[in-house]
Amino acid sequence: MLRIHYADYEALRTHGEETYPNECCGVLLGKNIADEGNGAEAVNHVQQIVRAGNTRTDSAHNRYNIAPQELVKIQRQARGLGLDIVGFYHSHPDHPAQWSKTDFAEAHWLGCSYVITSVEQGKAALTNSFLLSGTTEEDKTFEDEPIQIDIAPNVAEAAAQTQKGQA
Amino acid sequence: MNIHIPTPLRAYTGGLETVSVAGTTVSSVFQQLTVQYPELKPHLFTPEGKLRSFVNVYLNDDDIRYLPNKEETAANDSDELTIIPSIAGGTSCRL
Repeated sequence: MLRIHYADYEALRTHGEETYPNECCGVLLGKNIADEGNGAEAVNHVQQIVRAGNTRTDSAHNRYNIAPQELVKIQRQARGLGLDIVGFYHSHPDHPAQWSKTDFAEAHWLGCSYVITSVEQGKAALTNSFLLSGTTEEDKTFEDEPIQIDIAPNVAEAAAQTQKGQA
Repeated sequence: MNIHIPTPLRAYTGGLETVSVAGTTVSSVFQQLTVQYPELKPHLFTPEGKLRSFVNVYLNDDDIRYLPNKEETAANDSDELTIIPSIAGGTSCRL
């Protein structure tokens, strides 16, 4: 499961709108809470997202690539914060929020979450997350994973008040 | 020297993000790394012993593929080695 704050979830969707009609990409920092054998599933708990540049300027509408040098810096940043890289996100402009053959071929971070947002005519539509499971390149698979969105108490209260006012 | 391990490979270093390995060149550091943590080897190298194409290795801020001596570049204890798998994709070549 992917767990993420509402603000971060909205921020990665907004990133896809800003770069439309090109793909956006970024990194999810947080902690992996492993399956401890108590029946609870493993969770990639996002605590910060980092925007990254798309180096595929030759085909940015349908490809993305994060420069390894930028990844090294982001990994250093994560280490400084006591966090890990737990996933990545990118957008699919005018395409479904489903992984593609290219996404799968280029996915090598086993145990990490790959979040994809479809952006339709410039507006973020669906956001899905896929866990890259398996132990090797040969047996890796993408699994659909649920997204738990945490809403800050003050935001939740405001939303409840709004709903109450509308009732 | 310290080697920083990416999240997916920490399962093979006992969960450690940073491991310390001795060696005088990048190549010898890698050799020692895979002696200390043998399960890492197939994830880093092909059966022919070549670094897998999607595995990037940085000596401090330099990609070793672009250093004049590549894997034979000299390394000392104060250097840092970072292993970082590539990240890419996109909607092209859809299933």
